[in-house]
Amino acid sequence: MIDTASLIQQLINGLSLGCLYGLIAIGYTMVYGILRLINFAHGDVMMVGCYFAFYGILMFSLPWWASFPTAIVLTAMLGVLIDRGAYRPVRNAPRISALITAIGVSFLLENLGLVIFGGRPKAFYRPEIFSGIHIFGEVRILDLHIWTGILAVVIFFAIYQIIYRTRMGRAMRCIAHDMETTRLMGVDLNRIIAYTFAIGSAAAAAGGIMWAMRYPQINPLMGILPGLKAFVAAVLGGIGNVSGAMLGGLLLGLIEILLVAARPDLAGYRDALAFGILILILLFRPTGLLGERLPE
Amino acid sequence: MSAKLDTYRNAAAVRNRLLTYVSLALLAIFLYIADAFGTEYEIRILINCAIFIALAVSYNLINGVTGQFSLAPNAFAAVGAYTSALLTMSPLEKQLSFIIEPVIWPLSVIHTPFLVSLIIAGLVTAFMGFLMGFPVFRVRGDYLAIVTLGFGEVVRVIANNTQSITNGPLGLKGIANHTDIAWSWGFAVFTVFFVVRLVRSSYGLALKAIRYDESAAEAVGIDAFWHKMFAFILSAFFGGIGGGLLAHLITTISPNLFTFFLTFNLLIIIVLGGLGSTTGAVIAAVAVTIGSELLRFFEEPMNIGGIHIPGIPGMRMVIFSFLLVILMIYARRGLMGTDEFSWQRAIDFLRRYKKGNPE
Repeated sequence: MIDTASLIQQLINGLSLGCLYGLIAIGYTMVYGILRLINFAHGDVMMVGCYFAFYGILMFSLPWWASFPTAIVLTAMLGVLIDRGAYRPVRNAPRISALITAIGVSFLLENLGLVIFGGRPKAFYRPEIFSGIHIFGEVRILDLHIWTGILAVVIFFAIYQIIYRTRMGRAMRCIAHDMETTRLMGVDLNRIIAYTFAIGSAAAAAGGIMWAMRYPQINPLMGILPGLKAFVAAVLGGIGNVSGAMLGGLLLGLIEILLVAARPDLAGYRDALAFGILILILLFRPTGLLGERLPE
Repeated sequence: MSAKLDTYRNAAAVRNRLLTYVSLALLAIFLYIADAFGTEYEIRILINCAIFIALAVSYNLINGVTGQFSLAPNAFAAVGAYTSALLTMSPLEKQLSFIIEPVIWPLSVIHTPFLVSLIIAGLVTAFMGFLMGFPVFRVRGDYLAIVTLGFGEVVRVIANNTQSITNGPLGLKGIANHTDIAWSWGFAVFTVFFVVRLVRSSYGLALKAIRYDESAAEAVGIDAFWHKMFAFILSAFFGGIGGGLLAHLITTISPNLFTFFLTFNLLIIIVLGGLGSTTGAVIAAVAVTIGSELLRFFEEPMNIGGIHIPGIPGMRMVIFSFLLVILMIYARRGLMGTDEFSWQRAIDFLRRYKKGNPE
């Protein structure tokens, strides 16, 4: 059985992993809420964000506090660029065409990553400030875990404020509700959608950089699995709902870590767990925990 | 008048059938010559073409014809490949391969001929498709895509972890090299004929009706769930056999051989051919298989006028992914849209062309 100390330890690990899933899931849920598009490339956008941060330090000798925010801004721009170049042209096409486009963009990013960055994993720099360890009895807390939590809370509340307190956020909610009517009201859809991609991609980049420091290495295919799991988190929380995405992410992180802690012999099945959860939600509660909208 | 029309139709049917037999005979002769005189590399490409024709045509049955966007063909191919390989390997080979944990009981003694193994592989995969169908067809559209994608991932994880059944990450080595021109093309031709006949039958019409409008199809009495299930099971059956043929061509399989990458290749093929067109799937399968060999050119170092350009490994997949996006933006119909080849059309086209006013 697990004793209290290791239970607390696992809870902390799970919550910090869950924060990362949540940060990535926000981008999925915002794009899906507005465009009804599963942005397959979202995990790969996160991967590119990590490489931006990596090269910012390595090639441009930026200190981490300059390189990381720059990478986040660049990733936001990449998200907008992908929307402009690939998704906008298929916006009025059947939804499956948009999905196929997203799969194509995802593979394009992965393979461009392999060609440009190389397939070999690269060690990611973990700044001093994130490296400390606090020991309370038997529980060890990494500074990285604390910062991950703070970052997730700050980003989540910032995005929440944008969506529910600003004109742009109101426009986003309107588009999610009824795109045609919103357009008739004189809202510039493409601009709002571009902002949505920018915000989602920025959150993913922030999550990705924390992810890269956690495992400290990056490779061009690193975005696939976190991307898929974050999507499951978004569905778990109720897709289209930002609070749901964060909640789903935290739950998924906790379930994953606790399963591995309770049954180490099943650790190999960890990556299949998310899909098991996905199937169960779709069977029993397709709207997710906080969602109201039914999947198509 | 009606009798005359019937005679005309019968004559056309006989003519079409003859033309089909003649072209099959020509294909057989071509393959025979290629088998006898081609290099090993060329024969390998031809076999690959055939396997990908079969996989693409069966994948297109569920994705294109029925309009259910599955991303599971890699799961089917994996199950088929493992099942058939475990059946054709002799008990001794299995004993030598499974070094970490011995293979479990029934598999440790079973040893069946190639054909039997392939059929069992198809049936096992079809059964898996049947089980998958229940959760999968509870949802539609992009949710269906992600659930089937999840199954592909689950199959890979299971294959990696069930050491005593699949030999885990070590995979299976030394599978007999049974897949030759005859097996692969025989299977490809069988699959194409089966699917073409199916699509033309009343079942096929029902499947197409579901693609165009599921609610309308249900309103005229089509049981959408079981029709989708039927298409999915068939797709799994052929996908499983295709995976079995692949395993006996490559002779070494491991869980990482059947990633989403395989699905992506098949997706490119059916999108390029035109979602819903069997003809398109066949043409595109050949085009993509051969094209991907030709594109190796980009990955090798070359000298142009004394300038040395280093090869860029991985460039082919960049080109293919770019192609998929471009196709979706500018040519959503692919090569054939949902059209099919028929002799009547070909003849009409030739007649018009002769008259000098091709449309």
